Amino acid sequence: MWYNSIAKREEVSELEMLTNEAFKTMTLKDAMTYEDKSALVERSVEIIAKEDKNIRAFISVNKSPNIGIPIGIKDNMNVKGVETTCASKILKGYVAPFDATVVQKLRENGFSFVGKTNLDEFAMGASTEYSAYGPTRNPHDLERVAGGSSGGSAAAVASGEVIAALGSDTGGSIRQPASFCGVVGFKPTYGLVSRYGLVAFASSLDQIGPITKTVEDSAILMNIIAGKDEMDSTTVDRKIDFTEFIGKQFPKMKVAVATQSFGEGVEDGVKQKVREFITLLENFGHEVAMVDIDDLKYAVATYYIIAPSEASTNLSRFDGVKYGLRVSSDSLRDSYEKTRGEGFGDEVKRRILIGTFTLSAAYYDAYFEKAQKVRRKIANRLSEVFEKYDFIITPTSPIVAFKIGSVSDPLVYYMMDIFTIPANLAGLPAISIPFGKVDNLPVGIQIMGPRFSDAKVLGFADSIERQLR
Amino acid sequence: MDNRYRPVIGLEIHVQLNTKTKAFCDCSAEVFDLEPNSSICPVCTGQPGALPVPSHEMFELGIKIASALNCHINLYSRFDRKNYFYPDLPKGYQITQFFHPLSERGWLEVDGKKIRITRIHLEEDAGKLLHSGDNITKSDYSLVDMNRCGVPLAEIVTEPDIESPEQARIFMEKLRTILRYIGVSTGDMEKGAMRCDANISVVDTITGKQSNKVEVKNMNSFKFVEKALEYEFDRIVQLMENGQEVERETRGWNLTTKSTVSMRSKEESHDYRYFPEPDIPPVVLDSEYVEKIKNSLPELPDDRLRRFVNDYKLSEKDAWTLVEDKKIADFFEEVVKQTKEPKETANWFLTELFRMISEHGEDKIHINPTHFVELFQLMRDGKISRNMAKDIFQESALSGKMPSEIVKEKGLEQVDDTKLIEDIAKKVIEAHPKEVEGFKNGKEGLFGFFVGQVMKETKGKANPKTVNEILNKFLRGV
Repeated sequence: MWYNSIAKREEVSELEMLTNEAFKTMTLKDAMTYEDKSALVERSVEIIAKEDKNIRAFISVNKSPNIGIPIGIKDNMNVKGVETTCASKILKGYVAPFDATVVQKLRENGFSFVGKTNLDEFAMGASTEYSAYGPTRNPHDLERVAGGSSGGSAAAVASGEVIAALGSDTGGSIRQPASFCGVVGFKPTYGLVSRYGLVAFASSLDQIGPITKTVEDSAILMNIIAGKDEMDSTTVDRKIDFTEFIGKQFPKMKVAVATQSFGEGVEDGVKQKVREFITLLENFGHEVAMVDIDDLKYAVATYYIIAPSEASTNLSRFDGVKYGLRVSSDSLRDSYEKTRGEGFGDEVKRRILIGTFTLSAAYYDAYFEKAQKVRRKIANRLSEVFEKYDFIITPTSPIVAFKIGSVSDPLVYYMMDIFTIPANLAGLPAISIPFGKVDNLPVGIQIMGPRFSDAKVLGFADSIERQLR
Repeated sequence: MDNRYRPVIGLEIHVQLNTKTKAFCDCSAEVFDLEPNSSICPVCTGQPGALPVPSHEMFELGIKIASALNCHINLYSRFDRKNYFYPDLPKGYQITQFFHPLSERGWLEVDGKKIRITRIHLEEDAGKLLHSGDNITKSDYSLVDMNRCGVPLAEIVTEPDIESPEQARIFMEKLRTILRYIGVSTGDMEKGAMRCDANISVVDTITGKQSNKVEVKNMNSFKFVEKALEYEFDRIVQLMENGQEVERETRGWNLTTKSTVSMRSKEESHDYRYFPEPDIPPVVLDSEYVEKIKNSLPELPDDRLRRFVNDYKLSEKDAWTLVEDKKIADFFEEVVKQTKEPKETANWFLTELFRMISEHGEDKIHINPTHFVELFQLMRDGKISRNMAKDIFQESALSGKMPSEIVKEKGLEQVDDTKLIEDIAKKVIEAHPKEVEGFKNGKEGLFGFFVGQVMKETKGKANPKTVNEILNKFLRGV
């Protein structure tokens, strides 16, 4: 007995010898049953110290994290006692006085917040170039962007710095960087995850979701972070087991591929991957049809009225009176103008200006009200498609990760969101899963489902992911 | 001149609702006189990431006001953001109901006239600035107290149906009475629990011309509502008489100069960029819930007034004086239930009790219905005179002692002993032969002199009726 017990202990400690390489590929599922949580944190901190000089996925790193499963939190979510910067100068020095609901839930489930990840300032962008802390680099090619706005979270997971991360998605900010970095990104149905403690960009579009190495990990994280929250009245009371269909066989599904996937502005390489994906689905026995969702062409314009409108007022609270940057001046008005003038970056200012214009009394009907109508029209059109099909497939992004600094025209930049925006406008669940590479750069395929079909979307994505392994 | 020009007045009234919590967070809404920034949280101070969650109680009280003011209640209502920058507004916008208010189309009767209510909506209050100097421009710095941020308000907007500054004041006073009756607000204007802005324009009844509208603010008492509007009416009439243009502007009542001062012109007015609050889903009320709240309302002042006039046979004026303060009216009815003498009770309330309250303050008065019952009984039995009763009432009210006890203690009991009074009367007659002669020669007025002398001898305790009888017997032989 005595000998046996010693032997067992030695065995265990050997198992606990986790190498950095093993950690980098470790899934959340495995990490949750891995006993030596302190080893997980140690590996994570070590890898961040080594790799993040190049990748720069993190804005701040916790020097003495709790023991637990290391997770990255996008720096627009509050972790109590830690700075929340939103990658903006205007919030410099702001220490969050409370945990976001998702953070609190992760805390209760033994997660360790090893750092806050980089983003486009206030989540406005698709490349993480618009960060006051500089761009995050794509682990697959350091010359290229990680995507955005949750670029830090995607790069941190892709590089193995953390086991998983949380992002926020307003028009594709989880899915697009996941796609650029070759990881899984899931945007849940609007209302399933509490936004309390997420610094609002566009409240009616924002949704927190996981960025992980596997679809199953996303489902596991969703089971932890989702749920009705008394602090967020836009959350819904809906019990969903997000892992319900993980590992299950998906028999013949009806899948619509938006013809827009082959439209103007979509890179040939990406089109090719979509074709391959269709073939794959057909080979698995699914029924695939090309569906023209013409209304999608209005999605970007609609989004770039609604999101800046909401943002322009959500960001009013950053006025230098209560927290963050204050540029003092002789008059109140001057102080407001200087604080906001110096505190916000160009892209944020551009959106505040657009939103202030579209909400002004003279243009409200022509822009905001009209956009709301088009939003409903798009949502209705998608519902129509879902009456006949289980899922809608598109590429996540029309292009692969581009070189840092190579896109300067905002309109070109905004068009990159064409496939991701509809899910936000309609509040639908959508996932981006990695599907091979083009010129050595990852391509993501997006699977979108009807409202509250989150578990099915995850299950279907998981069934494909398993086939690909 | 006064008849030629007619004011057209509409009011916008903000009522602080006395809910337990603030409108969108769990902080206490009782913030008057609190240590600055002691009832605040991430939500009401606009911390990044905080979200508003509307309070149920705010809707309950809002529905009560709307029902009491005969308004149509919208089962579907929604919050909107009103955007502007000011240091007392932490989010940079106020959450209000612009597009879909809680209720619309009501009325309140004042002086027999129905003043129409346009709408009543719910919103949050802003904080308070404490300036180091006299005002914001003369200060080196200003401090922000956010206690009041997020305290729920009901904004009541009337149609321009009010015809005089006095009527505006009466409207406000009546509104306060209603708010107190239904228990939704203290209605204290001095403490800011009820605030009033007014729109006034003037019609020239001869030419039919109507002046531009002027908004008047900062009228923080009922008196100032009337005074400011009187001032503004005169000012506008003056301009019209001189053929000058009345500027569309916002003016503030200045307490020290007793005049209104221009605050800003309409051209400088804000574009508030109203739009639906995306953090709060539309509120859809259950019609049964609304009915339940409506049915829970107490009898409203106007109904009670009618009842007092009809059942107690009181004049409308007296009845309103009793009805106006719910506590008084409730107490009055409690007393009447026991005395069964509404008119007599009302008299005592309107004279003695009100005088005592104004002299000593409400909390010093310990009177209860049995005091009245005893007092009335003692008078009826001829044990005390009306004058004595007043003194006894006063003492009962202050000490809480029963009237009979006071009578006993002080030996105040009326002397009704015929033999004793006869003896005294005899002595008085003997002592005043001149007056007796004068009386017998027809100076009838001297009768009162003898009564007075007897009363004096008995230290006022003799029953006046008995004294009269005896003196009649002795002096007139009847």
